[in-house]
Amino acid sequence: MVQFLDVILLTFLAVVAFAAVRMRDLFGIAMLLGVFSFLSASLFVVLDAADVAMTEAAVGAGVSTILVLSTLAATGKTVRPRSGRWKLPLFVTVMVGAALAYGTLDMPRYGDPSAPIQVHPIAKHYIEVSPQESGIPNMVTTLLAFYRGFDTLGETGVVFTAGIGVLALIGRRRRQDGTAAEALGPDVVAERHIIVRVVGKMMIPLVLLFACYVQAHGDYGPGGGFQAGVIFASGLMIYMLLFGIDAAERLVPPSVLQRLIALGLLIYGGIGVVNILQGGHFLDYRTLSSDAAHGIHYGVLGIELGVGITVTAVITTIIFTFTGYLRRGSATQQEA
Amino acid sequence: MSALGLYNYWIFIFLMMCGFYLLLSARNLVKKIVGLNLFQTSVFVFYISTGKVTGGAVPIFTEGVAVYSNPLPHVLILTAIVVGVAGTALGLALTLRIKDTYGTVEEDEIDAKDPLT
Repeated sequence: MVQFLDVILLTFLAVVAFAAVRMRDLFGIAMLLGVFSFLSASLFVVLDAADVAMTEAAVGAGVSTILVLSTLAATGKTVRPRSGRWKLPLFVTVMVGAALAYGTLDMPRYGDPSAPIQVHPIAKHYIEVSPQESGIPNMVTTLLAFYRGFDTLGETGVVFTAGIGVLALIGRRRRQDGTAAEALGPDVVAERHIIVRVVGKMMIPLVLLFACYVQAHGDYGPGGGFQAGVIFASGLMIYMLLFGIDAAERLVPPSVLQRLIALGLLIYGGIGVVNILQGGHFLDYRTLSSDAAHGIHYGVLGIELGVGITVTAVITTIIFTFTGYLRRGSATQQEA
Repeated sequence: MSALGLYNYWIFIFLMMCGFYLLLSARNLVKKIVGLNLFQTSVFVFYISTGKVTGGAVPIFTEGVAVYSNPLPHVLILTAIVVGVAGTALGLALTLRIKDTYGTVEEDEIDAKDPLT
């Protein structure tokens, strides 16, 4: 049954990807990309990666689709048809693909328990020792926050940097343009799409509550800071889509978001510094409590909170910034 | 067990090559970023697929379950997805600025307008 699902999902993925390559309408491509992400999230569930599936579902089918659509609103949604320049790329692509396919002949077969990745001692340690050592049943969480704490700190740093980058590129507030801002005003959705608005309104508290559950429960079930962050941001995104960017920015002011971006990373790094001050290594949480397992648990919860805050703030900032930029863009066009 | 054998990998390669082809051939910058996204997601599914063990369970410790899929690829990809969307946002933000400056997102038109080329 699992293999059957696996084959179906993989085939769908291939069909969707091929359709996206062939299509000229960028709006259609954006939709296909959402479908693609949703299918890959389903595939992650089949492949036992519940944590990853959660993240991909929120990010791929929600956030990135909205980002692409926002961009399309400014850049136009059709690709200009043009002849030429497909032979060489196609040739290169086919050759690279053939070389990679040849390489797969030596790969371990799907689900093989004797594959190198499964028999390596570190895999045994993660699976057999980590639940005992930390008292946290979700191995992904322990691994993410404790064994690979440096890595995750780096990733959070990258998310932080990308958020700052988006703000630097298109985040400049141009107050003088703010007058003609009604193009995306709150009434558009309210008047035309009453069903969307009513249903969406009911969903928002559930989405936000679920995000808090995912954040707090990440050590026992699938979840954690990254997942909670993107789900919470999706909830705020729904609010923005339904009530407009002005209402959303009144609810969560950009200045607060920008402080939260830094606060999350500070919590993460701060816990590491506390570890050093207590005589341990950076991000070795065992010093946080007299009992090593408890210490790890505190540390994991703390840094997951930091990650959750930074990810929520960055993704929300990105979405708000894109929408804000778009509105200013349409304002300048009207003036011109 | 290996009825699927290498089918997974071949699909991943196909997805990756779809993305690669878009990166090489597309002149519209938004379409290029879509290609980058396809490429990226193909790597994600590839990684997760290597961690799967036949008959394995989700790697959350439960009494009475002996075989778990490998959690390491899950951790790597979990963070990579969020970093990926942040990177995509940065790319799209650059595209918006290019549109502002050049009035187009088609690569050859940008080249034509760029005083340096």
